[in-house]
Amino acid sequence: MSLFRFLKPRGSAPVARERLQILLSHERAAMGPRDLVALLRDELLATIGRHVQIDPDKLVVKMDRATGYSTLEIDVEIPCDTAAPARPQATAA
Amino acid sequence: MSKVIVVTSGKGGVGKTTSAASIGAALAQTGQKVCVVDFDVGLRNLDLVMGAERRVVYDFINVAQGDAKLAQALIRDKRVETLYLLAASQTRDKDALTDEGVERVIGELRASFDWVLCDSPAGIERGALLAMRFADEAVVVTNPEVSSVRDSDRIIGLLDAKTRRAEAGERMEKRLLLTRFDAGRSSRGEMLSVADVLDILSIPLLGIVPEDQEILRASNVGAPITINGSTSPAARAYRDAARRLMGETIPMAIPDDRKTLFNRLFSRRAA
Repeated sequence: MSLFRFLKPRGSAPVARERLQILLSHERAAMGPRDLVALLRDELLATIGRHVQIDPDKLVVKMDRATGYSTLEIDVEIPCDTAAPARPQATAA
Repeated sequence: MSKVIVVTSGKGGVGKTTSAASIGAALAQTGQKVCVVDFDVGLRNLDLVMGAERRVVYDFINVAQGDAKLAQALIRDKRVETLYLLAASQTRDKDALTDEGVERVIGELRASFDWVLCDSPAGIERGALLAMRFADEAVVVTNPEVSSVRDSDRIIGLLDAKTRRAEAGERMEKRLLLTRFDAGRSSRGEMLSVADVLDILSIPLLGIVPEDQEILRASNVGAPITINGSTSPAARAYRDAARRLMGETIPMAIPDDRKTLFNRLFSRRAA
């Protein structure tokens, strides 16, 4: 019975990841103590930081609410020496 | 300029105290003046982990209530001369700490130390909120495990809402310290990966501390793992994290448990 067990993917980490993502999206929405602007700033920093080195204080996120619509303003200052991100090196054959 | 850093997590047992002591000792070894403050009133343990449990005369609450001077309560480490400890009270209850008292003590500590590390109690009650309240930055200690990640998410929310910095509309910097990480299990898909946790919590990474038997040995003898020049993987990870706090750029190495075939065969039996 257990002969083919090794053929199945054994990892439970993807399950953990998926459960957490669903749970936290609900909890964040329900509790809402985490300021949306702060959350956006953190996620933007993480995303931009993966490609370009930026000074965290040079990322300004502002949200303005008016009747009927809201505006989100994102201002990122990128140092000129890192403006062109290095692409991952193509593997030399 | 002095920096106040809260070491927090929400969940208990993930390594807050170990991390506060290890990073504190690593910072102090570079010559910086460091004070590690235990906020866990009633369940203090930082004194034990740092090997100073028999030297506590006055504690944080004595100072906060004005019954003792800060200098009387500070315990200087016997091995690293720029490392100090401010112990929590073991006998008082949590309500003995007030906002004003904590603010005054933190202010005094700022005046005489380069680094103040606040070791937060678990949970999201008064003690944990006071530990983060006056901090400039936070180190969020997380295990690659669902309940720890969930609690860290909650703590990140509180850091963005209940700290002085957040209330003043300033940015509260939060960095993730992933502890008890097992590269082998993660690569086999048995444990959340570093990328998974970063993706879910979306705060920058301060360090990855591997599961390491030396951690228990260090707490057994009351010497933070970074103190004796240990070259164990966890000690190196904590030293790197301390240097990142100081602003150095150090490549993030995912600690690999490089095992020989011999070790691998043996460890499988126990798994």
